[in-house]
Amino acid sequence: MARKSHVQTTINGETVEFLCESRQSLLEVLRDELHLTGAKEGCNNGNCGACSVILDGRLVNSCLVLGVETEGKSVETIEGLAEPDQLHPIQNAFLENAALQCGICTPGFIMSAKALLESNPNPTEHEIRYWLAGNLCRCTGYDKIVKAVMDVAKASA
Amino acid sequence: MQDFGYVAAKTVSEAVTLLDEKGQTARILAGGTDLIVQVREARRDVDLMIDIKSIPEVNVLDYNADTGLTLGAAVECYKVYAVDEICNAYPGLIDATKIIGGTAIQGRAGVGGNLCNASPAADCIPPLIVLNATAVIAGPNGERELPVEQFCTGPGQTALENGEMLVSMKIPAPASNSSSFYLRFIPRNEMDIAVVGAGASVTLDDAKQTIVSARISLGAVAPTPLFAEEASALLAGREVSDAAIDEAAAAAQAIARPISDMRGTAEQRTHLVGVLTRRALNGAIQRI
Repeated sequence: MARKSHVQTTINGETVEFLCESRQSLLEVLRDELHLTGAKEGCNNGNCGACSVILDGRLVNSCLVLGVETEGKSVETIEGLAEPDQLHPIQNAFLENAALQCGICTPGFIMSAKALLESNPNPTEHEIRYWLAGNLCRCTGYDKIVKAVMDVAKASA
Repeated sequence: MQDFGYVAAKTVSEAVTLLDEKGQTARILAGGTDLIVQVREARRDVDLMIDIKSIPEVNVLDYNADTGLTLGAAVECYKVYAVDEICNAYPGLIDATKIIGGTAIQGRAGVGGNLCNASPAADCIPPLIVLNATAVIAGPNGERELPVEQFCTGPGQTALENGEMLVSMKIPAPASNSSSFYLRFIPRNEMDIAVVGAGASVTLDDAKQTIVSARISLGAVAPTPLFAEEASALLAGREVSDAAIDEAAAAAQAIARPISDMRGTAEQRTHLVGVLTRRALNGAIQRI
């Protein structure tokens, strides 16, 4: 069995320590070691965005980050988004716009939208579509998702 | 995924020593967007990943209007296009950094990794070639520099010798009355790999009527990105005209030796070289 490394990182604002093999991706660490199963495994090669998380303020595919690389870093996942008793505005907008069906892609889309709105609070539809191009949805269709993100931007303008 | 070791190197010499000791099964890890997938899909045998992102020299992003750009090997795409001065000086390189993968990929992937991965279709390499970039390479015997057009030697193959790593790329300051452009043909609007890519840089005279010099580079039409040397040279001294640009496009087509694969046929790719070369040249000229 491969040797494990001790990693200390911040996940959703809390200091977290874990043991992982070098070959384990951040996605595997989140899901299998830390039981944070919000980030999904879709393609496992950077095409689908279902595993999107925010690493040190920047959107990444967690399947393309090694768990050991997160030593000393800060990770935001869908689990840290909402307050315990209240949905996040992006979640509300997805509900209001029926921007999800099966839901597999939804955590990735929401984290991606969060990263977009943090860097660009008032994006155009064009900017939203390009920003979200790395997140694939195979059932809802993109219009409702894009409208949901536009609604969040409008509401906070 | 195969088991491998991981080291976060703190200095270039630490990384070089490890690379030298371990040989071909040690790989430099920067953004990981190619390397991690290659190892996961058993397309590359790796015993040790040497993470270079803690090394200061590979994180340099320094632009000076007199001396040009030093772009560290691990600088992510999104950091490059966040600097207005760099966008203004090297728009052709910015064209490429903005279309590699999507947002999440651009948060990890960098120009240096794109170069070292040495894909014939790499979007950043044609712009580096037309911008006269040099690769700064560190190895057991010290540092050396290599023009970027000599860096790739085959698909996934580079001029890096055992123990060597890319530290940074240097791009000279742009000449006055010059600009650059890169574009690719893909079947969709984003998140795709070039069927053909073309980059161009053009310098005009003060009257903006005559081409002083130009460089053209092609992607995905040969085992490595190509510097279209003859096509570039025949533009020097010519007046800006459709005839001159058509001649350069034809000369670029003449050196393309594409394959047919799932992305396109050789015939389509050869046709695209002509179209994209004209558009890259005209795009660079319009930016001046």
